[in-house]
Amino acid sequence: MFDKQKIEEIAKERQRWEKTTLPNWIKHCPERKKEFQNHSGMVIKGLYTPEDIKDMDYMRDLGFPGEYPFTRGLHATMYRGRLWTMRMFAGYGTAEDTNKRFKYLLSEGETGLSTAFDYPTIMGYDSDHPMARGEVGVCGVAISSLQDMEILFDSIPLDRVTTSMTINGPAPILLAMYVAVGDKQGVPREKLGGTTQNDNLKEFFAQKLCIFPPKPSLKLSVDVIEYCARYLPKWNPISISGYHIREAGATAVQELAFTIYDGIAYVEETLKRGLKVDDFAPRLSFFFASHNDFFEEIAKFRAARRLWARIMKERFHAKNPRSMWMRMHVQTSGCTLTAQQPLNNIVRTTIQALAAVLGGTQSLHTNSFDEALCLPTEESVRVALRTQQIIAYESGAANTVDPLAGSYYVEALTNEMEEKVMEYIQKIDDMGGVIPAIEKGFFQKEIAESAYRYQKEIEEKKRTLVGVNEYAIEGEKCPVKLLRVDPSVEKKQMERLQKLKRERDNRKVEEALEKLHYAAEKDENLMPIIIEAVKAYATLGEITEGLRKVYGEYKELIII
Amino acid sequence: MQSGKKIRVLIAKPGLDSHDRGAKIVARALRDAGMEVIYTGLRQTPEQIVETALQEDVDVIGLSILSGAHLALFPRIMELLRQKGLTDVLVFAGGIIPEEDIPELKKIGIKEVFGPGTPTEMIIKYVLENMQKRT
Amino acid sequence: MSKIDEIINGVLAGNRRKIAKAITIAESSPEEAKNLIASIYPHTGKAQIIGLTGPGGAGKSTLIEKMVREYRRRGKTVGVIAVDPTSPFTGGAFLGDRIRMQELSTDEGVFIRSMATRNNPGGIAKATKDAVKILDAAGKDVIIVETVGAGQSEVEIIKVAQTIIVIHAPGLGDEIQAIKAGIMEIADIFVVNKADRENADKAVMDIQAMLQLDNKEKPWTPPIIKTVALTGEGVPKLIEKIEEHWQFLKKELLHKRSLEKAEAELIEAIKEKVTSSIIEKLKREKRFEKVLQQIVEREIDPASAAEKLLNQELE
Repeated sequence: MFDKQKIEEIAKERQRWEKTTLPNWIKHCPERKKEFQNHSGMVIKGLYTPEDIKDMDYMRDLGFPGEYPFTRGLHATMYRGRLWTMRMFAGYGTAEDTNKRFKYLLSEGETGLSTAFDYPTIMGYDSDHPMARGEVGVCGVAISSLQDMEILFDSIPLDRVTTSMTINGPAPILLAMYVAVGDKQGVPREKLGGTTQNDNLKEFFAQKLCIFPPKPSLKLSVDVIEYCARYLPKWNPISISGYHIREAGATAVQELAFTIYDGIAYVEETLKRGLKVDDFAPRLSFFFASHNDFFEEIAKFRAARRLWARIMKERFHAKNPRSMWMRMHVQTSGCTLTAQQPLNNIVRTTIQALAAVLGGTQSLHTNSFDEALCLPTEESVRVALRTQQIIAYESGAANTVDPLAGSYYVEALTNEMEEKVMEYIQKIDDMGGVIPAIEKGFFQKEIAESAYRYQKEIEEKKRTLVGVNEYAIEGEKCPVKLLRVDPSVEKKQMERLQKLKRERDNRKVEEALEKLHYAAEKDENLMPIIIEAVKAYATLGEITEGLRKVYGEYKELIII
Repeated sequence: MQSGKKIRVLIAKPGLDSHDRGAKIVARALRDAGMEVIYTGLRQTPEQIVETALQEDVDVIGLSILSGAHLALFPRIMELLRQKGLTDVLVFAGGIIPEEDIPELKKIGIKEVFGPGTPTEMIIKYVLENMQKRT
Repeated sequence: MSKIDEIINGVLAGNRRKIAKAITIAESSPEEAKNLIASIYPHTGKAQIIGLTGPGGAGKSTLIEKMVREYRRRGKTVGVIAVDPTSPFTGGAFLGDRIRMQELSTDEGVFIRSMATRNNPGGIAKATKDAVKILDAAGKDVIIVETVGAGQSEVEIIKVAQTIIVIHAPGLGDEIQAIKAGIMEIADIFVVNKADRENADKAVMDIQAMLQLDNKEKPWTPPIIKTVALTGEGVPKLIEKIEEHWQFLKKELLHKRSLEKAEAELIEAIKEKVTSSIIEKLKREKRFEKVLQQIVEREIDPASAAEKLLNQELE
C-alpha cells in the first residue's frame, strides 16, 4: 500500500523516535504493564505505523464494500442504506404465553420473531418426560407437538413474519412443525422465511446440548440445509455459531477459527449430497459474540468476512458473490456481564455493541444489564434496545462505511487475526477435520485452557474487572432474581400432551415412527418423513427417541 | 486429618442446562488444590448424583445449576442423601440462585451457596476449612 | 461392634455404603486396611477379574459401560474400578472415567469406583488390589479394572486380573507403538474398538503382524475382537471370548496363575514390611540422616551407602 522507499523512511524515523523522544517519556511516565495483551494473547505494541501493514494490498485485502473480499462490508452503502436488524430473543411458559408475547411485539411493529425454547424441548424431551421435571417453560417456551406449535403461531400469518428458532438437535423437528403450520395456513413453502440455528457441531465443544453422536448430528444439520436449498428458498437453514464457543471460554481467535471450521465442515458435507456450492452457500449465516476488547472484536468481524470470502472462493470455488458473503448476527457477550454493580453492564454492552456495528454486523442482540442476575425485566430490555438505537441514531457510527479501515492498528490486528485463524484451520485439516478433532477433544481442551487462564488472570488481578476484582463495593449484595414461571405451566402442558396422546390416531403415529426408523437406518434425508410424522402428531420426544435408537446417544468427552 | 486421606469431591450438575464452564473451573481449581475430584457430567438425576456420592465415598458435593430448577431438584437430592445415610457429606451449591431461595436451601441442609463471580480461591478455602473442622 | 467390624460385616453383606468406606480405608489407612483385608480374604477368590488397558482415546470407558450392560443381561453383578492419574505436582486428580457409565450408577447390581493412582507407577493405584478384593468379598461376580491408559508399561494389571484385554482403535496414530513397547505381551484378548472406521482393518492387521513376530509356542493365542463401543456392536462376542479364556484358565492355568499372583503379592508384602521396618529402625537410631548428609556432601554415593547400612543391619 506504501512504496518501499517511504516505508524505509518511516522505519528510520521510528528508530530515531525510539532512541530520542520515547525514552524521555518512559523515564517520566513508565508504561503501566510490562506487556499489553488482548484476549487472544496477541501482544499489543505501543504504536502502530505504516510499517505494520506494509505488505497490505488495498484491492486484494480490503477492496470496496459490497465486493470481494468483503472486508469493508457486505453492502455497498452499509448502514447509510439500511441499519442492522435489532433482533431480541423471547420465549417462556406455554405456547399461549409466548403467542401473546409475539402478538404484542408484532403490534409494536416488529416483524422478526425470535423463539427461545425450554430445556426439555432443546434436549428432545416431551414435557411429560421425567428429565423435564422443574424445567418446563422455564427458560423458553415448551413445544412437544404440532399442537403446541399451532398455538404458538395462532393468528400469525407465516408469510408476513420471519421466525428465528434457537434450536439445534431437534431443529429438523421444529422446522417440520413450522412447515406443517404453514401448510395448514395455506402459505406456500417458498414463502416461509426465518432461521433455524441448527449448528450441531458447536454443541459438542461449546454449548453441550447434544443429543446424538457427532456424525448423525452433522447429518441432521445437513438434512436441513439440503431440504431448505431444495424446498424452502427463503429459509436460513443454519446459523453457524461462534457465540457459544466464546461464552464457553474461547479467545476471539479460537471463536473465529472453530466457527469457520464448522462452516467448512457443513459445506463439505452438503456438497456430498450432490448440491452445488452456489445452490446453498448464500443461505448460510453466522452468529458471533462481541466481547470486551473493542479493537480485537472489530478486527475479528472484519477478518471473519475476508476469511470466509476467501475460503468460499478458493477452497470451494464458489462463483456467486453471495456464496462468499458472511452474513452475521452478533450478540454482546453474556459472560462479560457481572452480578456486581449491574448498571456497569450497560456500559460494557454499549462498547461491545459499538464494536459489532463498527465491525459491520447484519443484525444485533444487546444483552440486558441484569442478565447475570435474572431473566431481564421489561425495563432492562428496553435499555438494551435503546443502546442500539443510540448507536444507530446519535453516535454517528452508522454514517459511513467501515470507518476504521486504514487504521494501522485495526488493519494490523485484522491481518494477525486472519493469520492465526489460518494456523488453526491448517491444524484441524491435519487432524482429519472437525469430527476427529471433536473426538480427540481438541476443541474442548483448547477452550478449557483459555477459560481457566481467563479466570486465573482475574483472580490474580492480571486482568481488571471493574466492580469485581477492583473498585468493588464492600459488602455489596447481589440481588439475584429469577423469573418464576407458574408451576401450573408444567401441569397444563402435561395434561395437554396426555390428552393429545389419547385422542390422536395412534396407529398413524406408529406407522410414521416406523417409517422414520427405517429411513434413519437407510441414511435418507429425514426432513420429508419428519414433516409427515409431526403432521400425524407424533411428538418431539417420540421422534427424538426413535432417532436415539438408531443413532445412539452422545456421551460427552470431559476435559477440564 | 489422617495423613493418607485425600479430600474427595463430587462436582455434580443436576438439571438440563449445559452451562458447565463454572462447574469445570471449580473442578479444576479443587484438583489443583490437591483434591480428588469426580465430575458427573451434565444432566444428572438426583438418584444418579446420590448414588455416585455413595459409591465414590466423597467428603464434599458441589452442585452447580443455572437452569432455575434448583427448588425442584435440590430437595430431592438432600432427601436421598439422608435416606442413604450420607448425612456427613458437606454440600454446597453454585450457579444462578436467587438470594431469596438461599434460606430455603440452607434449611434442607445445603451448607453454602456461591453466587456468580465467586473466586475459586474462596471455594477452596471454604472446603479446606470445613474438612479441617471435622477431624 | 467396632467401626471396622461394622465395615467388614457390611462388605460381606454387600452393603454399598460399607463397600465404599472399605475402599477408602484401603486407599488411605494402611494399618486399618491390613486388618480389613485379613478379615475378608477368606471370602475372596470367587470373582472373575478382568483388566482393561490401552491408550487414551481408544474408548475404554465406553466399552466397559457396554460390557457391564451385557453382563447384567446375563444376570451377573459387576464391580468396576476406573483408575486415573494423580498430578505429581499438586497431588490432586480429576476422576472422569465414570461419566460414560453414569446411567449404570443407579443399578443395584453394579458398583463403580474411581481411584487416583496417588503416584503409584504401572497404571493402577496401590490400593487397586485391595479394592478388587473388597468387591470380590462383597459378592460381585465380575470385576473390571480400567487402567490409567497413558499407554506405556501398564503391566501392573497382571498382578490383579486374570484376563487382560488390550484395547486399541484406528486413528490414534503412533499409539500402536506404545502397545508394542509395553503391553503387547500381557494381552489375553485384543480389542480393536471403533471398528466402523475406515482404518479398523489395518489396526487388526497391525496386531496380527505383531503376534506373528512372536513365534513362541503358546497354549492360548490371543484373539482379536472388533467392537463399536458406542453402539455395543461386538460386545457379546467379546464376553464370549472372555468366558472362553476363563474356561481355559480354569482347565490349564488358573492354579499356576493364582500361585504366581500369590507369589508376587507375598514378595511385595515382604519387601514393604522389611523396607519400612529397616528404614524406621535406621531413622530411630539416627543413622539414616547421617548418611543422607554424607550423600549430599558427595562423600558417598547412594548405592554404596545403602549397601553399607544394610550390611550392618543384616549381619
